[in-house]
Amino acid sequence: MTSALVVDAALALLVLGLALWVISTRAAYSAVVGFVAYGLLMAIVWVRLAAVDVAMTEAALGTGLTGLLLLGAAARLAPYEAAEVSSRPGRGLRMLIGLLCAAIALGLAAVVLMLPDPAPTLALLVAENLPPTGVGNPVTGVLLAHRAIDTLLESVVLIPALIGVWSVAADPAWGGRPGSLPRPQSGSALTLLAQVLPPFGILIGIHLVWNGADDPGGKFQGATVLAAMWILVLIAGLREPPAVRDQRLRVLLVIGALVFIGIGVAGIWLADAFLAYPEGYAKPLILAIEAVLTLSIALTLGLLLAGPPANDHRSGGRS
Amino acid sequence: MNLALDILTIVAVSLGAIFFLAGTVGLLRFPDTLTRLHALTKADNLGLGLVVLGLLPQVSAPLAALGLLAVWLLALLSGATVGQLLAGTASAPDQDRAETPARHAGASHD
Repeated sequence: MTSALVVDAALALLVLGLALWVISTRAAYSAVVGFVAYGLLMAIVWVRLAAVDVAMTEAALGTGLTGLLLLGAAARLAPYEAAEVSSRPGRGLRMLIGLLCAAIALGLAAVVLMLPDPAPTLALLVAENLPPTGVGNPVTGVLLAHRAIDTLLESVVLIPALIGVWSVAADPAWGGRPGSLPRPQSGSALTLLAQVLPPFGILIGIHLVWNGADDPGGKFQGATVLAAMWILVLIAGLREPPAVRDQRLRVLLVIGALVFIGIGVAGIWLADAFLAYPEGYAKPLILAIEAVLTLSIALTLGLLLAGPPANDHRSGGRS
Repeated sequence: MNLALDILTIVAVSLGAIFFLAGTVGLLRFPDTLTRLHALTKADNLGLGLVVLGLLPQVSAPLAALGLLAVWLLALLSGATVGQLLAGTASAPDQDRAETPARHAGASHD
């Protein structure tokens, strides 16, 4: 037991130290690398807290995908970075920001330390009401049955995010193919990886979604793995990203949210409430929603990384 | 029999940990990118391989053993590819470096 305590303490110190380093480091690129390492350590922390679902989400989305987006932003902002660093805000403003951040941290710490014992929890309520949903993983049960409205909003919010990315395209480039991915080096090891890995990655992604019903996993984690495989193929240059004017693409992007909303609205008549499932049909409906949502989320995540449409994608040879 | 398997686990995992330690020391101490990559990939390939080998006798189900082996093989594959890509970028001619000045200026100083 004590050895576990030593490991946990070391882990907590590492996370705190790395967080401080990420905040205090000047170069954006170094900060992003530190942030990725921080996210992976956080995933281990979540595993130590027996929250494997959260750990997977943290590793796949919070670290992998967000890390890639931040790396891209850091690379794009690199030419302006020196000017930004030299024009730092005044001492007073910095101290105010520091004080406010410290107040938030202290407030959160106080709330955690002053929790009543036993801590208020809905876990028992969830465990009692899990059987009617037909799924065995309480996290999936909460996300898709008890708190379906949160999940719906989470899935829908990805679409405005993608619209935001697309909307920074230059006018003449609108409707074309996304152009933020790096240019492929022909004949590199990347090509081999992009040919060998996707079959396994797709299998793992589907496995994560399917397993999400009874074990840790789910559509967001599975969709991230699927999106990663797609991005790998795109970066290796084996396939071109689709043009954003493509109607089929747009239908696939929104079909997950549409099916979710459709089933939810049907619930008003069939189960007396928005987003309620008719008795006995909860499990198949949840599976159907998970399947289409996975497809839409994977596409959206991949296109978020692929960036806004660009003019001379891969023809002019500029990245 | 159980004792022998436990000893195998302890020896293999310890050896793996030594490889990780040696790889980390090499990463910190070696002079340039290519030798550092060499140290890093040794730690990944051999260190993780030995840890997986050591854990194999401890799994309860054959599927879990397959999972462990799959983790090692995937790490081998991605490690080898990333090593190649990093080495290619590090030894690329200077005009490629000019595209991301901040990153490479920092790297060439140490």
